[in-house]
Formats: sequence, C-alpha cells, structure tokens
Amino acid sequence: MTTLTLSRALNEGLRKALENDPKVLIMGEDVGKLGGVFRVTDGLMKDFGENRVIDTPLAESGIVGTAIGLALRGYRPVCEIQFDGFVYPAVDQIVSQLAKMRYRSLGNVALPVVIRIPCGGGIGAVEHHSESPEVLFTHTAGLRVVACADAADAFTMIQQSVSCDDPVIFFEPKRRYWDKGEVDTAAGVADALPLDRARVALEGADVTLLCYGPLVRTCLESAIAAREDGRSVEVVDLRSLSPLDTEVITASVRKTGRCVVAHEAPVYAGLGAEIAARVTEQCFYCLEAPVLRVGGFHTPYPPSRLEEHYLPDLDRILDAVDRTFGY
Amino acid sequence: MTVREEENAGTAPAIGRDELLTLYEQMEVIRRTEKAAHDLFLSGLVKGTTHLAAGHEAVAVGASAALQPGDYVFATYRGHHHAIARGAAPAECLAELMSKGTGLCKAKGGSMHLTKASAGMLGSYAIVGAHLPMAVGAAWSAKLRDSGEVAVAFFGDGATNIGAFHEALNLAAIWSLPVLFVCENNLYMEYTPIGAVTPVGRPAADRAPAYGLPAEVVDGNDVVLVAEAVARAAARARAGAGPTVLETLTYRHFGHSRTDPAKYRPAEELQQWLQRDPLNLARQRLTSAGVPEAALTAAADRAAAVVAAAVEEAKAAPPPDPEDAFTDMWADGGSAWRT
Repeated sequence: MTTLTLSRALNEGLRKALENDPKVLIMGEDVGKLGGVFRVTDGLMKDFGENRVIDTPLAESGIVGTAIGLALRGYRPVCEIQFDGFVYPAVDQIVSQLAKMRYRSLGNVALPVVIRIPCGGGIGAVEHHSESPEVLFTHTAGLRVVACADAADAFTMIQQSVSCDDPVIFFEPKRRYWDKGEVDTAAGVADALPLDRARVALEGADVTLLCYGPLVRTCLESAIAAREDGRSVEVVDLRSLSPLDTEVITASVRKTGRCVVAHEAPVYAGLGAEIAARVTEQCFYCLEAPVLRVGGFHTPYPPSRLEEHYLPDLDRILDAVDRTFGY
Repeated sequence: MTVREEENAGTAPAIGRDELLTLYEQMEVIRRTEKAAHDLFLSGLVKGTTHLAAGHEAVAVGASAALQPGDYVFATYRGHHHAIARGAAPAECLAELMSKGTGLCKAKGGSMHLTKASAGMLGSYAIVGAHLPMAVGAAWSAKLRDSGEVAVAFFGDGATNIGAFHEALNLAAIWSLPVLFVCENNLYMEYTPIGAVTPVGRPAADRAPAYGLPAEVVDGNDVVLVAEAVARAAARARAGAGPTVLETLTYRHFGHSRTDPAKYRPAEELQQWLQRDPLNLARQRLTSAGVPEAALTAAADRAAAVVAAAVEEAKAAPPPDPEDAFTDMWADGGSAWRT
C-alpha cells in the first residue's frame, strides 16, 4: 500500500493504462508538458512520448471529435477537459456522436473514449470552473457515467474506464484531488469492484445516504457526526451514475427504511430526482419517510465567497437526515 | 497558397476510357437511386426525410475512383452518393431510407446516417461539421500506424461557417495529417445562398490559407477533374505533406430536403447548372473519346435495372424487429439491463 493523493492515484492509473495498451492515448489542453492544470498527467509525456500524450489546441469540440476518429480506427483516447464548464462546447460531439455510433452502426463501431472531467466546486473557482454537469450525460443513452471519490477508486476506476469498450464520462472530484488515501498500486484491476457497481462506504442501520464524487467525504463526515445523535447512517458511494446500481441502492434502503440523496448539482431535475423516483417505486413498502434530496440551488454557480452556502455541507445533510425521522 | 495544376502534373493517374465508362455507370446508379428515393417518398413509402444528392454524383464517384479501399470516408446527411460510391448497394440504402430491417443500419441510421464501416464508409453525419474532427482523428490514426491511408471528409458549403470546420483544419494542419477536406459547394446553405452568409467567395478554399493549407477549386460536376484533384491531394497526404482543402463546385437538382421545392433558386441559375449535369459531362467525354452511343445506353440500362431491382427488394423487405431497438447500445450488445 502506498499513500497517494487522489490526483496522483489517477496519474498512476493512467500510467498503468498507457503501459498495458499501446493504443491508449492521452490528449487535452496542457496535459503534456505542463502535466495538466491539476497535474493529473504529470510526467506522462516525458515517459511515453509526444505521440501518446498530446498537447492539443484549446478546442473541446475538436478534441473530442478527433478522439472519436481515433477510436473509430482502434485507439483508446483519454481526453482531459480542463474544467467542468469547458465540456459544453464538446457536448454535441459527446451526445450526438460518441453516445450513438455503436447503436447506429449495429455494433460494428466501438468508441472506447474516456472523457475526464474535473467537476464540482469548493476551490473558489466560480462558474464554468465549479460545475456539476453529470445529468447532461446520464440522460444520454450510450454513455457510461462514473465518479470516483477517493484515491483507491481513482486508481482502479480510471484503468477500468480506459479498458471499457463503451464511452465513459469520468468525473473527478476537483476539491478532493489533494485528499490522500491508501492505494495498492501493485494490484491489478481484475479483482476490483466492477466499474458499474456501487459501494457501501460505511455501514449503518437507520438511514441510507446516497452520494458520489466530492460529497462522499462530506457524507462520511456527516455519518460520523450523526452518531452523536444516536443515529446510524449507511453511506453508499454510487460510483456509477449511469448505469445505476439499483441492487445495492435498494438493498440498503430496504434495510434502513430511510433515504437521503446528496449531490452538488442542483436538486431540481438532478440525479437525486431519478434515484428518489426509483427508490420510491422499488422500496415503497419499506420506506418510513419520503426520499429527501440535498444539493445545489437552481442558480448559476455562485461567486467564491458564496459557494459555502451553495455546496451541501454537514448541516444541510444532517438536517435532511433528521427530517426523515419526522414522519 | 492554392495548388497550381502544373505543380502537380503527372501525380494523378489518367482515367482511361473503360474506367470512365464504369464511373459513368456508377453515377447513373446514384442518380437513379436518388430519383427512386424521391418517388418512394412521394408514394409515402419513405418515413422521415431525405436529402438527395442528385447533381453531386461526380464528387463522390470521382473521389472514390482516386481513393484506396483502405481509406476512410466521412460524409454528411446528404450522403447517399458517397455510401454507394464506396460500395454500399442501392437496395440496402433504399431499405434504410424506408426504415426496413434489411437497411444498411437496420433502420437505426436512416437517410442521414448511412454507414458501412466495412467499406471504409465511416458514417454520414447530420450535425453539420461534426465529422470533420473525426476525419482528423482517423487521419491521425493512419499517421500513428504509418499505414499510408488517408481520411476524406466531405461537407457542404454551410459547414465552413461552423466552429468544427475551423477546429478541424487547425488540428490537421498543426499535426500535418493525411486528411482531405472536400467541400461540396452547391451554393446553398439549406435555403440560404452561401454568399449571403459568408464573407469570402470560396467558403472553403478561401479559408484554407488561414491555416497554412493548400487549396484547390475544382469543377465538381466533372468526374475526371474531381478524380484528378483528389488523387493529387491523396498523393500529397500519403507522402506526408499533410492536408489539402478541395472546394468542388456543384449543384443540387432537388431542394434541401424532401419538403423543399427550392423555389428560391433563380430559374436561369438552375437551367445553367442542369446543362452542366455531371452525367451529361461524362457522356460528352466518353463520346469524344470514341465510345459508341450504344455503350452509353447499355451502361444506363444496367444502372436502371440495378435500381429497379433495388426498389423492389427494399419494398419487399420486412420492417425492423422492434427488439432491435434495444440492441447494440453497449459493448455487451444489449441495453435492457440499464433501463
């Protein structure tokens, strides 16, 4: 086991992917010589050469379009989108082409492209640099959408995403890049939890807290704080946002009878709405309370001095947990 | 930085009489397929829309004649001619238009997305300009593998005003990739004259110098001139000299789409272009080369027979299986487990 930051764990995972398959390429703005603005690709150009780690022009639509062309011819490009809000110019390529080519070509065309997106707020970086656009992609059939929450998952999930034959939108929790965790860099991914499975991050008995990405840590801290009130909170890290692992979700809710979903994205029409509907449909007779949601407001991402009010924190999450006991 | 013809003299193989007759027959097949698509639409047998390429035949057939089987072609929603020129059968194209289970994509693509990856036809794209960066990526793969293949992106004049065109030219130029950007300038961006929305006279060729790329304006209705220009550009690309922009001048015989009678086009303009029908030009070349009229008639008759049989085959084909709507979403072949 090695102690790595989440950012470094991604770097090590990408390094493994480059080593294991000569068809893997990394491309994006400043990913080469600089190593990415968050240094996720630090040193990879030096070690793997300029033909495999490519500094592209600032042109997200062109980057993703080019990656699709490379994938059409058997490559496995990993595109870095520098900040979440910068993915919008590439959404057309992702939604109209990347997600649909396999279907349209009767399975004759595979597009194993990974789009890495640092997401969410918490670093004082204002709008365009702090957004949570995951539902744009979960709503689009044909894309896998995943979010890692800690260093160990970052290391394995990025490798699983690169070797996956479906296109993967890979969300990285920007404000957790510097969080450290234990990673077994010698372990292969064959025995790891599959990419499309959720994980019980903390077992509990009274209420299920569903979360992903940057809020997993917040929810774990909330669960520990809730013990002071005598409440046993189970935290489930969804990991895969599309497809959803409803098996793990419903098993947890059937056990606890209560459910809160938390994400940074706006509550309105967010992933929590879909989860709440599914949990209600599938666990109706087990529920002691309605499924509650905690998330961002339906506003643009606020200026940096206001973001602490926008982002779900312990108080808001624990308040929702409390409310599930009021029915 | 326009390539002058004399600079490239000798790089293009001459098209012989027999080959030209074959190209003429292919153009007849495409023309008749498009006419059949139009008639099927008017009979209510095409559900959806069509963007017919009648008038553009020489661009597709000329380009295909100059390409290798391993090269990659990316076309637009007006792409029936490219699919057929690359080897798709008229029957599977018409079946796709008619939403039949035997269609090229089992009706999942429709008129706008004809794709035959096995023939190097890497798709038709209905989002204008979207496929230009993809062609760049395919060309990049050829360069990485040193395969000698080239990628060709066909696009309309309207695509030259969208960002993806400019991003793609820039990307291809900086990496000196083996890609041909072939504009089919038919004077109209859907319903609007391209000149009314573009500040330069040659929407593709005039932009190329901004990216340091060579460009050539070509008579897109003359299959021989198209083949020669594409052969020159492909030779440059294969030699590692990078991308070329070709602007072929051509004209739609039908409107933009099925609902467009194209009344906005001046009658004189239409008349002039119909006189320069690519099939007529090919016939004139063949006649000048001494090919007897009977051989031309025989070629046209063979094309007519192929298309007539294709129409009957497509009409008789079964509809797609509704279950197919749930296949090939994912690498595991299915989709249902992710509902």
